[in-house]
Amino acid sequence: MSNQRERAPAEAGISRRMAELLTSLATFMAGVIVAVSSYQLGMHWASDGPQAGYFPFYIAMLICIGSVVNFLGQLKPDAGSRQFASWVALRRVATIVVPATVFIGLIHLIGIYVAALAYISGFMIILGRYPAWKGLSVGFGVSFVLFMLFEIWFKVLLPKGAYNVFSLIGH
Amino acid sequence: MEELSSLMQGFAVVLTPYNIMLMFIGVFLGIIVGVLPGLGGANGVAILLPLTFTMSPTSAIVMLSCIYWGALFGGAITSILFNIPGEPWSVATTFDGYPMAQQGKAGEALTASFTSSFFGALMAIIMITFIAPAVANFALRFGPPEFFSVYFLTFCSFIGMGKEPPFKILVAMMIGFALAAVGIDIVTGQLRLTFGYTELLRGFNFLIAVIGLFGIGEILLSMEEGLSFTGKTAKLNMKVVLETWVKLRRYWGTAIRSTLIGCWLGVTPGGATPASFMAYGVAKRTSKNGEKFGTGQLEGVVAPEVANNAAGTSALLPMIALGIPGSPTAAVLLGGLLIWGLQPGPLLFVEQKDFVWGLIASMYLGNIASLILVLTCVPFFAAILKVPFSIIAPVIIVICTVGAYTVANAMGDVWFMLVFGVVGYVFKKLDYPLAPLVLALVLGDQAESAFRQSMLLSQGDMRIFFSNSLVGSITVLALFMLFWPFIAKGVAHIRAKAAG
Repeated sequence: MSNQRERAPAEAGISRRMAELLTSLATFMAGVIVAVSSYQLGMHWASDGPQAGYFPFYIAMLICIGSVVNFLGQLKPDAGSRQFASWVALRRVATIVVPATVFIGLIHLIGIYVAALAYISGFMIILGRYPAWKGLSVGFGVSFVLFMLFEIWFKVLLPKGAYNVFSLIGH
Repeated sequence: MEELSSLMQGFAVVLTPYNIMLMFIGVFLGIIVGVLPGLGGANGVAILLPLTFTMSPTSAIVMLSCIYWGALFGGAITSILFNIPGEPWSVATTFDGYPMAQQGKAGEALTASFTSSFFGALMAIIMITFIAPAVANFALRFGPPEFFSVYFLTFCSFIGMGKEPPFKILVAMMIGFALAAVGIDIVTGQLRLTFGYTELLRGFNFLIAVIGLFGIGEILLSMEEGLSFTGKTAKLNMKVVLETWVKLRRYWGTAIRSTLIGCWLGVTPGGATPASFMAYGVAKRTSKNGEKFGTGQLEGVVAPEVANNAAGTSALLPMIALGIPGSPTAAVLLGGLLIWGLQPGPLLFVEQKDFVWGLIASMYLGNIASLILVLTCVPFFAAILKVPFSIIAPVIIVICTVGAYTVANAMGDVWFMLVFGVVGYVFKKLDYPLAPLVLALVLGDQAESAFRQSMLLSQGDMRIFFSNSLVGSITVLALFMLFWPFIAKGVAHIRAKAAG
């Protein structure tokens, strides 16, 4: 699959090296946060043995060391000029992430069943260019199966949101 | 032959109509999970775990392990028909399986793959039946330092044997440990790394991480590549199956070699993916038709499929006997055991005989059920793959969301899942391995408490990890594994010098 990525170097995008550097910076920062927090908790020996921050502190040190090595490894001139992903590819990724974020946000408001109906049909109609009836029927079908499976058979209650339409039918 | 009578008891426990029904449901779900890219074995088991909370532990593990078998079998279907490995361990199957399908021999390739999977799994289960009780007996002598050294060995062998850059494995694994530390400290009861957020009090559940990293991450990857399914229909009837079985007899040597590779890499947590590649490589080197590999050789399908199922199955041996999972899916199953109130480890064999032998018996039956189902269901699965990605993607995300929510009935977890998804996408693209992260997240608390108990015993003296021959040799082996990349380089260097 990596062949596909390397086949189109002409497309503009984020370089692999930049992505590597940013990621190792992010992991380094994560390490620092864990280390500081563990230090505040106490990472020494108390009368009753190691304190709560003892183990995480050394974990954090290893994260930082590993991140530094990964960072320096990318500074070598032969680290390559490969691409992480083109803008086109990243836009495709965004077409999953953005609607999914909206979907999860909607769950807070209208509950998972209605949100799933809206999300699946919206995704199919707008991004998949399906006729509205197809999108709506797949969305409704999935929501219906979920509802039967969880609320009725397994008695597992899923979030119904601040504006619960199912209160009309007693759920 | 105490094992055999215990095994028979296990069969008696498992063979109820209810459990057999769960078995077939599990295998069926597992195959679907294996076929769909974006839903993997670990992820599928994670999503379905909450459904089993109300079942008895034995029924629950029967269903979940059958999902696992189904996924191990199902991963091959898409590799052969569409050149899209549904699971990472099926990548090596595409090398010869897809060319065979192109030549119109899809039925043959699928039969070979399923039969080989079955063979590999069966061999591994037989090994588990006879070796696991001995390992568990041995492990009953373990104290905290021994347990920590075994955990240490597990983590070190990930770093030493992994094919990713060692420091990336280290970072990924330590992030797993850090995530495991979030929440209430089990020893002192203090809050750690919660930064005042109530959502973080519970800590990070590994299921959320699995669903996000593997499930959402995989969808993002598939989407980025602009995946579109265009499949071939495979006609599979009993005549092709029988003809292929006759041909397969020739490859028994390959099958046995691949079984050994698979079992070895499964028990040491190498996992199914490296096992399948290694078996393919070995078969290529030892076969008479080695140079024809990659053009559609039956042997090239047999080798990786035997190995990945043997590895996937034997990964459960350390999980049952020691409480240390050999693969991400085994890690999820282990988490399941904890949720059902069972403490995995050597005592399980003493205290929960029914459960352990029921599980082992269900491995035999589950694999038979898998073989029957996959051989009959191939046309149906080929039909699933014709469903375009723009329908499959949102449906999978909805399923993942439900899975993440039901873990603790918390919306916060759903948001974490999305974040883990993006992290999983970036990590996968940059060769940060996800398996050690999940493993560390699952084992983090146990490893930490084993470490702290050892430190309490020794008053902070690290020499406790070398204090007797047992713990000492495990620790030395672990350090050897950890520095294996350097040792291998050194040996190669000396050899090169000696050669001239």
